[in-house]
Amino acid sequence: MNRDPTLPILVAVSVILLAAGPFLPRWAMFLINVSLCYGIVVLGMMLLMRTGVVSFGHGLYYCLGAYAAGTLDQVCKISDMAVMLVAAVIVTALASAALGLLLRKYRDIFFAMLSLAFSMILYGLLVKTSSLGSSDGFNIAATKIAGFTVAGTSVERYVRYALTVVCAFAAGAFMYRYLNSHMGRLAEAIRDNELRVEYMGASVRNVIHVNYMISAVLAGVGGALAAIAVGHIDPEMAYWTTSGEFVFVGILSGTSSILAPFLGAFIFETIRSFAYEYSPNTWQMALGITMLVVIMFLPGGLWSLFTRKRKAA
Amino acid sequence: MNTQASKFLKSGAALLAAVLVSANCYAQDKPIRIGLVTFLSGPASGPFGVPAKLAAEAIVDSLNAGKVPAPYATKGFGGTPLELVVIDEAGGATKQVSELRNLVERQDVDFVIGYIGSGDCLAVAPVAEELKKITILFDCGTPRVFEDASYKYVFRTRPHATMDAVAGAMYLLENRPGMKSYGGINQNYAYGQDSWADFTAVMGTLKPDVAITTSQMPKFGAGQYGPEISTLLQSNSDVIHSSLWGGDLEAFMLQAMPRNLFTRSQLILVAGEPYLHRLPGSIPDGTIIGARGPSGVYAQKSALNDWLRQIYKERAENFPNYPAYSVAQAFLGLKTAYEKAKAQGTPGTEEIIKAFEYENFDSPSGKVMMKLGKGHQAVTGTAYGTTRTVNGVITVGNIKYYPVERVQPPEGIKSVDWIKAGMKPGKW
Amino acid sequence: MAQLLAVLIDGLIYSSWLFIIAVGLTLIYGVMKILNIAHGSLYALGAYSAASLAGYWIKQGYPPMGSYAVMLVAAILVGLIAGPVIERGLLRFMYGKDEIVLVLVTYAVFLILEDFVKLVWGVDPYFIAQPYGLLGSFDIGDLTYPNYNLVLFGAAVFIGVVLAWVLTKTRQGKMLLAVIHDREMSGAMGINVGRVYFITFTVGAMLGALGGALTAPMISVQPGIGAETIVLAFAVVVIGGLGSLPGAALAALLVGIVRAAAVHYRPELDLFSIYLVMAVVLIMRPKGLFSAQEARKI
Repeated sequence: MNRDPTLPILVAVSVILLAAGPFLPRWAMFLINVSLCYGIVVLGMMLLMRTGVVSFGHGLYYCLGAYAAGTLDQVCKISDMAVMLVAAVIVTALASAALGLLLRKYRDIFFAMLSLAFSMILYGLLVKTSSLGSSDGFNIAATKIAGFTVAGTSVERYVRYALTVVCAFAAGAFMYRYLNSHMGRLAEAIRDNELRVEYMGASVRNVIHVNYMISAVLAGVGGALAAIAVGHIDPEMAYWTTSGEFVFVGILSGTSSILAPFLGAFIFETIRSFAYEYSPNTWQMALGITMLVVIMFLPGGLWSLFTRKRKAA
Repeated sequence: MNTQASKFLKSGAALLAAVLVSANCYAQDKPIRIGLVTFLSGPASGPFGVPAKLAAEAIVDSLNAGKVPAPYATKGFGGTPLELVVIDEAGGATKQVSELRNLVERQDVDFVIGYIGSGDCLAVAPVAEELKKITILFDCGTPRVFEDASYKYVFRTRPHATMDAVAGAMYLLENRPGMKSYGGINQNYAYGQDSWADFTAVMGTLKPDVAITTSQMPKFGAGQYGPEISTLLQSNSDVIHSSLWGGDLEAFMLQAMPRNLFTRSQLILVAGEPYLHRLPGSIPDGTIIGARGPSGVYAQKSALNDWLRQIYKERAENFPNYPAYSVAQAFLGLKTAYEKAKAQGTPGTEEIIKAFEYENFDSPSGKVMMKLGKGHQAVTGTAYGTTRTVNGVITVGNIKYYPVERVQPPEGIKSVDWIKAGMKPGKW
Repeated sequence: MAQLLAVLIDGLIYSSWLFIIAVGLTLIYGVMKILNIAHGSLYALGAYSAASLAGYWIKQGYPPMGSYAVMLVAAILVGLIAGPVIERGLLRFMYGKDEIVLVLVTYAVFLILEDFVKLVWGVDPYFIAQPYGLLGSFDIGDLTYPNYNLVLFGAAVFIGVVLAWVLTKTRQGKMLLAVIHDREMSGAMGINVGRVYFITFTVGAMLGALGGALTAPMISVQPGIGAETIVLAFAVVVIGGLGSLPGAALAALLVGIVRAAAVHYRPELDLFSIYLVMAVVLIMRPKGLFSAQEARKI
């Protein structure tokens, strides 16, 4: 029986990232930080995709998580990263519990469009709220973590980076355990044939609702971490193009392994960043062509590169 | 000496000479890299982003050739040539934060000039502080940058957008004291909302008995304004206020003019100056146009103004519009600070910052004074005019200039508070 | 009263526009089950081509009335060129794949075409002012409307009627309906599904481009109009029920009137109005207003 190397790889990569952090150039640390935030969100998307539903509105939770963190800073003057994360989790869990009740009855394109509608409604609400800066958003400065002030110290950047790495590790490990559990395995069964799953006694709607909530919380955590790393939030996070990017990275990565979303997010961010630098006038085209190439030649997503190699060996 | 050794000595000497010469050249010719961040794609690229880029390229070439009128005749900055690195401002504020880091840390620029979008300005300012790189915001309008926070490394060489509303209202009331009502159509995003909020606040302070009929807030990029125009028509407003720009403004004008909206209501376009360079259909006589400063068509005649108009026209088909003037202000302001610091010793970051704060410098739109934001935020006066067709040609007449103390809040008071308190001119 | 009339007329005009841009999308989705994000680019291509060609026509001094025909020709050309290129050159290889992968393929095509448009036409907005005001205007009450809006309305009705007739009365049309209903069975019955796809995509592309061409005289064609339009088109298509022509018409009418009412009475709701309608309709009728009955595969 094959020993699944996923968890050891996850541990190893996390340790390497943590150790290498101080030696990386700052732009690289930032790039990895943002990629990991994206990766956490896409991890949630992957769970939903395994369940057979695609959400075009996860920007809603990404944005809610970020704004939860931001309003803590702006309104309550609490700028502790740990508290911000907890707030993001609570807010997104509540929101997805409510919206999930409605959404779990839909499938396919209708699920996608309804989730899109809700995220655009949030976008509209935020744009109308001038006290939150309307479409300009506002800056947040997460200065403390669990009571220790880091702002102004030399480790400030590293702490944010390390926090993201730790959260990514936790999310990955959790997802790994979850997918191998009873509920997790039901997800793929539902994707294959819902009727049979119902027939065998499991509640399809409950599983979808729970998976939706988990993915929403992951998106919220990703959003809060992104807000902490970037220092700025705006309603654009809820726009459908942001959600579309998550979906895209999800497909790019493939759904076969929990490591795939992180790899996919990292490659996506890197390509986008270099496309900006080297073809500022045609970066969209470069991105589109790259997408097509990946879709055509790597239908299982980027991760299939690794699985293929192992099979060959 | 055998041939081996002599060969070795000769090549060694040649190498040494080459290294010395190149080191000398290197020390003298290592150009100053300036990162330019402007919209190269999306709806803001046509009216603002690309004109700014064309102007920047023209200015850099002109500076490197030493062809700029006094007092900017030195080549480049203090003799060192300039090199421009351009990136696209599209993609949203989060993306711009990453790109600023890449620009500074990967592409190794010495200064950053950029940012048209207010959201981008707000997002990158703290990052510029963290990276300790002098960043000049050249076109964004929100007053929030220096009213909500202070920065050491961030400068803005153009005034913020409060004065557009203040001067616009003043000009309107001076020319049409009997007006009874006004409506508005603005894009539903921060700039549009702020423009309308500022304008209504100023009108409320200056002439409270004027009624507001309707405030239309179409989505940014809507393009279809049928119902909005119908509502405005039925509102029978004396005046319509709009901060629309770019393709949205052109669409609005194209759709509104055949429906005779402007025979019923006078239009005031607070950021309408770039539209004059395009004039897709026409523009009704009596439209009040703002240029967000005394630039573009309102720039008064001067050697610098002639220079900018000439170098820009060589690259583009039109004369420069106000974003081109904004970018000129950024370059000239930085050049002044750099050369002042160099004259006093070394042009290092700290010295340039010190020189930049509270400096005054000349630009194609007139004198620019860095008097707000603890010396980091520029002020100028502003101008408004009215369109008029003279012998079949559309011109802007009845131009009125407003000095800075009448239209800008002084240091230490936020724009909204200053307007509410009656807009008392501060001590400048 | 006057305001109510204005709401109705504005709503009708906006609905016509929505219908024209949505009908191609619903056709493509209905037949091929592809959510064609590139529809936005086809719209943009149609608009830019129409603006350029008509602009050239007018500048050369030809009769301005001819510019309408020129715009139509531009749209048809765009559809005839872009449609087959995208379908035969790219989509054909992806048919077996998951629906969501196809969406991504069309999204990639959208990105590529966005920059393509920028490379060909530049970033400055394009305009052609004459065709809009050329036909004069009519007055209703205290409002003036250019007659061009009647053209828009007429075009929408014409397209709807023609499509309905073709789909239900001609043999090709009925084959299309069969494929919409059940792809496998149609293939089993001998319908050349590949050819049906090709024709559908080309026609859909033409309709998208036509939407852009008809809109071009009213707006200033600028980068980004594609993205704005896609979401609107999708919303209309989903509200109406995917693949349903009468659904698209009814949805367009609903969204148009709601938007006009919002603008007249509660302008601040304008931003949400389409999404609220979509959410409400989907909650009440989960598959849209008119949805085809589908057999459940066990």
